[in-house]
Amino acid sequence: MSANPKKTPLYDVHSGLGANLVDFAGYLMPLRYASETSEHAAVRTGAGLFDLSHMGEIFLSGPQAGAALDHALVGNLSPMAVGKARYTMICAPDGGVLDDLIVYRLADETWMVVANAANVAVVRDALVERAAGFETRVDDRSDAYALIALQGPRAQEILAGFTDAPLPELRYYAIFAAKVAGIDALLARTGYTGEDGFELFVDAGDAVALWQALAEVEGVVPCGLSSRDTLRLEAGMPLYGNELTTETSPYEAGLGRVVKLDKPGDFVGKAALAAQAQTPPGRTLVGLVARGRRAPRKGYQVVTSDGTPCGVVTSGAPSPTLGKPIAMAYVDSGVTETELAVDVRGRQEPVDVVDLPFYKRS
Amino acid sequence: MSVPEQLRYSEEHEWVSGLESEGGIVTVGITQHAADALGEIVYLELSSGEGDTVEAGEACGEVESTKSVSDLYSPVSGEITAINSAVIDEPKVINDDPYGEGWIFKVRVSDEPGDLLDAAAYTKLIEES
Repeated sequence: MSANPKKTPLYDVHSGLGANLVDFAGYLMPLRYASETSEHAAVRTGAGLFDLSHMGEIFLSGPQAGAALDHALVGNLSPMAVGKARYTMICAPDGGVLDDLIVYRLADETWMVVANAANVAVVRDALVERAAGFETRVDDRSDAYALIALQGPRAQEILAGFTDAPLPELRYYAIFAAKVAGIDALLARTGYTGEDGFELFVDAGDAVALWQALAEVEGVVPCGLSSRDTLRLEAGMPLYGNELTTETSPYEAGLGRVVKLDKPGDFVGKAALAAQAQTPPGRTLVGLVARGRRAPRKGYQVVTSDGTPCGVVTSGAPSPTLGKPIAMAYVDSGVTETELAVDVRGRQEPVDVVDLPFYKRS
Repeated sequence: MSVPEQLRYSEEHEWVSGLESEGGIVTVGITQHAADALGEIVYLELSSGEGDTVEAGEACGEVESTKSVSDLYSPVSGEITAINSAVIDEPKVINDDPYGEGWIFKVRVSDEPGDLLDAAAYTKLIEES
């Protein structure tokens, strides 16, 4: 909690809609507007509108911006084509995850790094420090940008009503500049819901106009952080602070594929991550589906059938789509049982270990 | 935020109705403020059944919402005479109608109810929280 949470450019809109506002990573953000379950369902079946302006946008520009990112992050970014995006991470020298990121290449020498709200300062400072030897500028433009996401199977059809841009040509994890509702936007086909959808980066001053244009469309439901969390959980996507922390390695999280040990040159964390890659991780991120109605929650202990502690829940909630509680948990890699239990406030509730994700769009 | 005038309230956000009724059977639920703060309620469990006694201020069940789990406290002491099976089956009713269809249990009060708040005092409590 921060003493004086910041407001996004859409704060008054949220207030006007009667949103339940909470301090999240130093911002007053809508937790839900009405029913989080209806918001969740809207994204799975129609379209939901999210204010993500708390996220950070950090720009790198200059002839060596790509090389600086290759050095600062675990991914191999510089070969990426203009207009593409990649999911990657920034790690500490010991291999711990400082943040997970989406990096967009906007132009030959211009890159945008999107960081989680709680980590913007950490990421910016690390990028400034790590880019020092490179011909590049690091610019934190988080306050100048608003980020609005339109997610759901109807997202493209709805957005097409506001832009002449060729949306079908914009592939998943790609970005281009476009006018949307007359507003200059960076339009990306990315998201955190497990559905098709778009993220629109616009000037903070244009946020209200863009939001209101999209919100007026029949069937577009404003969605808060609560539904965002259950949507990403069903999609098996990690949340920084839960599945990913400075104490976790990308390998434990099942995200070793984003660590490009083979890329040319050294990068921060390489030695530690290379060593981790040599040995199987001691614990593994797994999916759990509860048999009963009680939801495993973050921090609850996972135990084997004979009651031996074997792990800890990182995220858990009743899944609106599956109709039963689901969770992600770190479980000791030696555990082979597929029927475990979670200690729910002193009672052992049976759970089944399942493959992630819980939900995949058809 | 609705805080009906005729009800009495606990600091743990339960409401009580019927304190003046003959026979001393009161109805208990959770307030709209509590229901809104919890989010959509997906599971409700009472640790006591009909005929069991509950003590004022002691936990007597759990309320689980999409976001969290909270204890349910009895605002009065006495014997449980009825449990609303409709909210056990479909706890969301509590969100939709916390003071009506969303009642949770009834108690035959055995002791003078203690420090319950009137509507004005409860309104003050939630405004200050």
